[in-house]
Amino acid sequence: MTELEAGRAQTLVPVRSGAVLQRYRDVLIALIAFAVLASLPLFTGSKALLDFVIRCSAYGLFATSLNLLVGYTGLTSFGHGMFFGLGAYSFGLIMQKLGVPIPVAFVATLAITAVFATIIGAICVRLKEIYFAFVTLAFQMLIHSTILSWASFTGGDQGLRGGIPRPVFLGIDLSNHVHLYVTSCALLILGLLAMRQIAQSPFGYTLRMIRDNAARASFLGIDVWRAKLTVFVLAALFASMGGMVMALFVSGAYPEFAYWTISGEGIFINMLGGVSTFLGPMVGTVLLLLLNDTVTRFTEYHGIVLGVVILFFALGLRKGLLDFVAEWFSHRHDAGKGR
Amino acid sequence: MDIDALAGCLSSSACLVTQTTSGLIIGMLLFLVAVGLTLIFGVLKVVNFSHGAFYMFGAYFAMTAYQLTDSFALAMLAGAAGTAVLGLIFERVFMSRVYGADVLMQLLVCYAFVLIFDDVVRIIWGPEFKAMGMPAAFQVMPLFIAGGVVPPYYLLLIGVALLAAIVLGIGLSRSRIGKVIRAAAHNPGMVSALGINTGLIYGGVFALGGMLAGLAGALAAPVRSLTPGMGFSVLIESFIVTVIGGMGSILGALIGALLLGLIRSFGSLGFPLFTEGLMYLFMVIVLVSKPTGLFGKEAA
Repeated sequence: MTELEAGRAQTLVPVRSGAVLQRYRDVLIALIAFAVLASLPLFTGSKALLDFVIRCSAYGLFATSLNLLVGYTGLTSFGHGMFFGLGAYSFGLIMQKLGVPIPVAFVATLAITAVFATIIGAICVRLKEIYFAFVTLAFQMLIHSTILSWASFTGGDQGLRGGIPRPVFLGIDLSNHVHLYVTSCALLILGLLAMRQIAQSPFGYTLRMIRDNAARASFLGIDVWRAKLTVFVLAALFASMGGMVMALFVSGAYPEFAYWTISGEGIFINMLGGVSTFLGPMVGTVLLLLLNDTVTRFTEYHGIVLGVVILFFALGLRKGLLDFVAEWFSHRHDAGKGR
Repeated sequence: MDIDALAGCLSSSACLVTQTTSGLIIGMLLFLVAVGLTLIFGVLKVVNFSHGAFYMFGAYFAMTAYQLTDSFALAMLAGAAGTAVLGLIFERVFMSRVYGADVLMQLLVCYAFVLIFDDVVRIIWGPEFKAMGMPAAFQVMPLFIAGGVVPPYYLLLIGVALLAAIVLGIGLSRSRIGKVIRAAAHNPGMVSALGINTGLIYGGVFALGGMLAGLAGALAAPVRSLTPGMGFSVLIESFIVTVIGGMGSILGALIGALLLGLIRSFGSLGFPLFTEGLMYLFMVIVLVSKPTGLFGKEAA
């Protein structure tokens, strides 16, 4: 062992054990979160609350996966919603036409998403900034138009109707509301945990470096194109998972799932919650859905209310809520140290 | 898919004329909206996501003015002037606060105003479809050119839009103000150091962009139905135009708008269900082969 290698080994050991420790901590938090969410039906019979959590799962998976692109890699995708729609439609179509068990359809949908994401990503990720945003938007609208015009296969503007069959698998009956709820929570927690692992892995730090300085990353021997493509496909898989949860929830798939507004909402959720923390998008999801639900109940002009709230975040806080809170805490921490 | 209908149309001069004029008016209206968008991006470096709202307000202002005064000219003036004022206020009060911020923040402010403006229109004019009606002066026999039917109003619309394009092109390249604007787009710090109020230029450019979109809305009001949210599809299409033509390029916006108009009018014959898809497909092809658009400069 040379002196250099010995030195590296010494410095690396504590870092690695720290990472392992953090992984255990994340798994623990995930388990607790899942236990809390899964025991919710024991305490409340409120269908509305469970529905709310299911919708949060679908949108949360989608928004957090978008943050892998926007927050961690600096790839502002305006078309990420296409994978949400693709997931919902692929899953719905496979279940309706082939009648396979749900896990098979789940894996098959992920495989289909991966193929699409690889092709679209390979074209998109070499473009920079605003052009990347526009090309992803164009692909999203292309998929949306295809869904609308291929009416014999996708149901056109009516969407996939007639319900998605949900055969019982290993005792899990997804047509049972509580079973569906627990499954959605499990998918959400598993998805979040997996994305957290990606974000904290060496690959995740490579992505941050690409975001901050792609040229430097490239000089250090990182294949930037390949790393961007990898995260594009990974993010697409989780967005597709979100789409599948949504399809299971509404027992169908509608063209709106693939419309660009889904991507717009995803971006909005990220800005609302904050992109510099891992759970920011999750906070944003809960905020947006709460806001949507309460405001639409009180006024028909919910656009004005929502708009004013957005303005408050954009012009007032100038960052997402969780970013704001995190910064406030670190300021307090610093001030405490200074005294 | 209906290739026969498309082929049949291409071989008949009457159909060719009709489809081309309808493509031209779609293209010209798109151009007016898109050129404002591209101008604002070129000078302010802001993607004005709320640009469709100006188109919508232009149409509603024109309708109200027409109902009050019964004068078509005043209606056009109200549409253009009203949105210009609106653009100036919007830029000075809100957009000017987020220039230094993240692109996403700017988008978010615009997105908020898309929601707010749509609801404002809903409150003032009601949620239902409205129609301005064709002014009496244009309710005359349509012209027949090579067997194709061309309403005279279409000719006026194309003429006004072309005039705007020419005035804008010459004004920007020849006049002193045009030169200042181009200089501000290139190096705002230097322009400001030379004693020129860049804030005024920014506000002016935003007002100009809003005015052009408002004019497009006013011109479209007699031939299209008015509804809150009408700006949205126009916004998306004018985005495609600016991206295809190249962000910041006026000539690009003109060519892009005309191409898109023709794709729409002929595509609706050959691929009635996939017309929108054709536009996006075209955008993908252009962007993949030339990411900066047909007339865009290479990104610095």
